[in-house]
Amino acid sequence: MAAQASGSFLSTLLAGAAPGGARQWLKQLRANALERANALSAPTTRDEDWRFTDLTPLYRLALHAPGESGAVDVEAHRIAEAGSRLVFVNGAFREDLSEGIGGSGLEVVRLRGEFADAAWLSAHLGQIAAFAQDAFVAANTAAMSDAVAVRVPRGVTIDKPLHCLFLNTEANAVSHPRLLVVAESGSDMLFVEDHIGTVDGAYCANAVVEIAVAENAEVRHVRLQREGKAAYHIGTSAASVARDGRYRCWSVAMGARLSRHNANVRQDGEGTHFEMDGLALLGTRQLADTHSFIDHARAHGTSRQMHKCVVADGAHAVFNGRILVREGAQQTNSTQESRNLLLSDKARVDTKPQLEIFADDVKCAHGATVGQLEAEEVFYLRSRGLAEPEARNLLTYAFAADMVVRIPVPSVVRALQARIIERTGGPEIP
Amino acid sequence: MTKPDSPVLLDVRGLHASVAGVPILKGIDFTVRAGEVHAIMGPNGSGKSTFSKVLAGHPAYEVSAGSATFQGGDLLALEAEERARAGFFLSFQYPIEVPGVANAQFLRLAYNTVQGARGKDELDPLEFDDFVREKMKLLEMDPAFLDRSVNAGFSGGEKKRNEILQMALLEPSLAFLDETDSGLDIDALRIVAHGVNQLRNDRNAVVLVTHYQRLLNYITPDFVHVMDGGRLVKTGGKELALELEARGYDWIQKQAA
Ligand SMILES: Nc1ncnc2c1ncn2[C@@H]1O[C@H](COP(=O)(O)OP(=O)(O)O)[C@@H](O)[C@H]1O
Ligand SMILES: [Mg+2]
Repeated sequence: MAAQASGSFLSTLLAGAAPGGARQWLKQLRANALERANALSAPTTRDEDWRFTDLTPLYRLALHAPGESGAVDVEAHRIAEAGSRLVFVNGAFREDLSEGIGGSGLEVVRLRGEFADAAWLSAHLGQIAAFAQDAFVAANTAAMSDAVAVRVPRGVTIDKPLHCLFLNTEANAVSHPRLLVVAESGSDMLFVEDHIGTVDGAYCANAVVEIAVAENAEVRHVRLQREGKAAYHIGTSAASVARDGRYRCWSVAMGARLSRHNANVRQDGEGTHFEMDGLALLGTRQLADTHSFIDHARAHGTSRQMHKCVVADGAHAVFNGRILVREGAQQTNSTQESRNLLLSDKARVDTKPQLEIFADDVKCAHGATVGQLEAEEVFYLRSRGLAEPEARNLLTYAFAADMVVRIPVPSVVRALQARIIERTGGPEIP
Repeated sequence: MTKPDSPVLLDVRGLHASVAGVPILKGIDFTVRAGEVHAIMGPNGSGKSTFSKVLAGHPAYEVSAGSATFQGGDLLALEAEERARAGFFLSFQYPIEVPGVANAQFLRLAYNTVQGARGKDELDPLEFDDFVREKMKLLEMDPAFLDRSVNAGFSGGEKKRNEILQMALLEPSLAFLDETDSGLDIDALRIVAHGVNQLRNDRNAVVLVTHYQRLLNYITPDFVHVMDGGRLVKTGGKELALELEARGYDWIQKQAA
């Protein structure tokens, strides 16, 4: 029975979780999370939030805590523009592979063993990604033995991207990578959250990233899910944005056998601006599920969201876009668009906007389309000499590439374009 | 200038076509010779765009009767892309936007595909860049349009210039320009018309599908045809366009009835 399987799964998930921590607050946080993890049951398709995403195959895996990762080649995964790099292998931070932190303007604290405690750590860690109702976040919080926190000091602009590379190299391992990014008031930074799998076998990555954007600060977040082809990826990114703060996220899901991304953004002050661009590019029997939650809790917030799915073969994409405009969040201006392209008869998309509006003076627009390529578009390209398959491939490429070209890191754009071409047979890139 | 002795590029006989089972074109005869300029005018919904798209090979339009001979071959037997490669060009009334693909990339792909099919040399990105910038000067287009996505966020006039740029690159022997003048301000109209005039020679021909006489002040037609109810109901010289501008279409519709 699924319930039993999921029950034992949570203990598997928590296998490595020995609640502890050098600081009392951290010890307490992890103990609380462990208690919640034990109280919650692992989700099944009977849970509304997991209706389309069946985790049974994950629950059947015999997973264990990762071993020592040893020598790992990270050169192939380098992002040319990055000024600094944090590397995690199977959830464990690898200081020896990380670089460029000193002199980057960033403060990085590894919350393992004895660490220099500071108010900004306890104020944010575990406070943005709520674990009360989420078994995976609770498990991550209980199990995080090697969290890393990054602080951008007040008023500082970090010119070069920070590359946070989460590598998975071990089959049958379950990892709980954890990152906290705190951008102090008036600061500005861009980080790339990059999940890469180098094994073909199954594994489970249960990642949590928390982002605190202080007053008038700006955080740009590029999230790449390029896990191994048999991987299970469960990821939460949760941002909390103070007055006049800006949070922009570009998220691409193209790896893993099954992936889930919970993208939560909460408004903690007036006049914030959110942008969320998402792309799922799927084939074979992949499933990618994105649940976004934009919480307009204060007045004068704006948000713009575009989520696209390109689904080939027997793959399945899920998008649930929840937007909550709370009472008092007047002058909210929010748009959400879900656009989906199905490339085969067996491909499937379940898309659902979920608008909950409790303020009266707001502008909210949303729309969803699911379909094939437009005949007029195909004809236009054919009238310029392109054969029909070429025209279709170019349009499919364009549909996906349109999301990717917006990413403000050129080498990432090029790498993703190349991957899209592989998947869609698009044009060669000059 | 009319060219009674020059070779026939396009010869359409008794063309009937329908879309979604609805007959739209109801017997069109139309002949274009090399070196000529034709204008097709007519009220909204009379079938002008349908005629253009049928000739360009739009798969949604079904030809139920008649023939179209292009440069001596059966045009209707060709796929849309084969018609383009053979030298038929349609400037779209509503050009399509392709966000995600840089204009330069698209233009080079179209150019090289057509060149390859014609047994001519293809250009690498650097060579093409020089080549396309030259052509853009003709249309006074900012080279920045090369880096932007195809037609995405272009104004109406910018889209139409981009269409004529494609015409300049693909060097068709017969170009149908479907309302290329609509929505252009007078400066843009002059530039586009100048571009088209520069591309004309005694081996090719242009068919201007238009609503307005204004364009014909800049590109002088040899023949003006009036389309109504899916037929060409009247043909005259350039003075017919002035008459249509002054009197509208009613009198012709009455004559034809
Ligand atoms: N794809 C289509 N489906 C249904 N009707 C169409 C389609 N295209 C054109 N029509 C109809 O055919 C007629 C002629 O349209 P069109 O060729 O666009 O005229 P024009 O370009 O002269 O304004 C109109 O009645 C129009 O509604
Ligand atoms: Mg028309």
